[in-house]
Amino acid sequence: MPDLEADIARWRSHLSSAPALVDRDLDELEGHLRDQIADLMEKGLDREEAFFVAVRRIGRFDELSREYAREHGERMWRQLFGAPDTRESAGLVQAILLGIGAAIATQAARIAANWPAELPDWLALNASFLVAPFLAALFLMRRRAPARVWAVTALPFVALALLVNLYPLAKDTALLVWTHLPVLAWLLLAYPYAGGEVGSHRKRMDFVRFTGEWFVYYVLIALGGGVLIALMMGLLDPTAIDTEQAVAWVLPTGAAGAVLVAAWLVENKQRIIENIAPVLTAVFTPLFAVLTVVAMVAYLARFGVLFERDLIGTFDALLVVVFGLVLYAVSARDPEQGPSLLDRLQLVTVACALALDLLVAVVMALRIGDLGITPNRAAVLGLNLVLLGALAGIAWHLGRFVTGRGGFHPLERWLTGYLPVVAAWAVVVVVAFPPLFGFA
Amino acid sequence: MDIDKDLVAASATPLVLSILTEGESYGYAILKRIRELSGGELDWTDGMLYPLLHRLHRLGLVTTEWRTSPEGRRRRYYAITDAGREALAEHRRQWEAVTRTLGGLWGALTLGMEGP
Repeated sequence: MPDLEADIARWRSHLSSAPALVDRDLDELEGHLRDQIADLMEKGLDREEAFFVAVRRIGRFDELSREYAREHGERMWRQLFGAPDTRESAGLVQAILLGIGAAIATQAARIAANWPAELPDWLALNASFLVAPFLAALFLMRRRAPARVWAVTALPFVALALLVNLYPLAKDTALLVWTHLPVLAWLLLAYPYAGGEVGSHRKRMDFVRFTGEWFVYYVLIALGGGVLIALMMGLLDPTAIDTEQAVAWVLPTGAAGAVLVAAWLVENKQRIIENIAPVLTAVFTPLFAVLTVVAMVAYLARFGVLFERDLIGTFDALLVVVFGLVLYAVSARDPEQGPSLLDRLQLVTVACALALDLLVAVVMALRIGDLGITPNRAAVLGLNLVLLGALAGIAWHLGRFVTGRGGFHPLERWLTGYLPVVAAWAVVVVVAFPPLFGFA
Repeated sequence: MDIDKDLVAASATPLVLSILTEGESYGYAILKRIRELSGGELDWTDGMLYPLLHRLHRLGLVTTEWRTSPEGRRRRYYAITDAGREALAEHRRQWEAVTRTLGGLWGALTLGMEGP
């Protein structure tokens, strides 16, 4: 029965893509499948039916791989780099090639711009477009997305690239576009990441999780890169090699390539049970709770200090970090668990951040009233209002959860539902602000 | 009747260990025996048995060996160890306590409902 053999081989090769299943396991499962098929055929089922029923009884791929992963978590780590077994290497080659693509695009732009001697606006503005397409391609290829999803992914990027380069941006608006565009580009990547199913709450949460883990990996790679560059400069300085030129080659290449490598690492590590996010959350939640409490008390005591421009930037950064921390904590948390001390601390952090945010918003509104509106002030105020909405919703749902009046799930849903609001604000700043403020 | 999956999960270890006290066996035969004994009411996703067997092996409750069966098929056989028997005895004490308690309650309830 050549057909049955081919079916079994296909089934086996599909299962073999789960890193927790090694050859021995596949032998064992295949033996089981064959026994089952033989029994079913004896009972009168035909070959095809017997195969179908037997495969269904063995279980779904994701359930199996999860169950094996629970028992054999250690295999994941070994296979992360495909040590004895190179099943994942196809994905790695793909990621490395795309990483090289991103690096080449970045280098080409750098050479055209003559960085680091010069830093023209267009280079800074287009930095997102040099890397994001490759990351989107990595997601789409891994998910075997249909052509329609490729097209929908490409559309906003093409539109934004046209817009940003055709706008006659000057100092202020260029700065705003430069700061908001990477955020927008990243949020747009949620679409290819979800394989087009960006409406799904679960997929969005996965993207948040991916973002958190990716950030950790990227920082780790960047730290290694920093050591490498420092050593390189020290070693090459006495030689005839121009170290500044060497850095100009190594730094952008590494920075662009690492985006893809970090993404690949997270994608492959996804199936590993324990990840770093819960640990980082546990460490930083109490620290940020202390920081926000102290900041709130100190600023309430001296309200006037808030009127200094630099401080408002710092505040925005703090609020963004608090929002990110909550997002990170929520994504890392086991939603089945009841409220813990960490959740209460988080509520304290959010409540204080909310109070601070109100202060900043009031100060900003006053400033605009006094000094007139500028693109910067409008952007800072807008960001504050977006964060205010986010924090208010978080505080409400977290409060209900901690006091036992609501579950954890509503908070999750609310957060993933809020992500489009953040994206919409970034669109407003990037697309509408420059013409609104006369490209100032 | 489908038995609740938490209950299936909780009973899995004692079931497998009990079947292995009848003699060494392999995955497919173990599952077949469970289906037979429960009249098909205890139904697992077949694949889940193997991670469980591997866990029992890691805990030293069973030993395992690859052998070729009389029909010429390579199979992984599992056999219970002394530690496995001790663990089974402990499981049995716990299950008996649970069923005794429930039996006491439900026995009284049935009597009460039926009346004199």
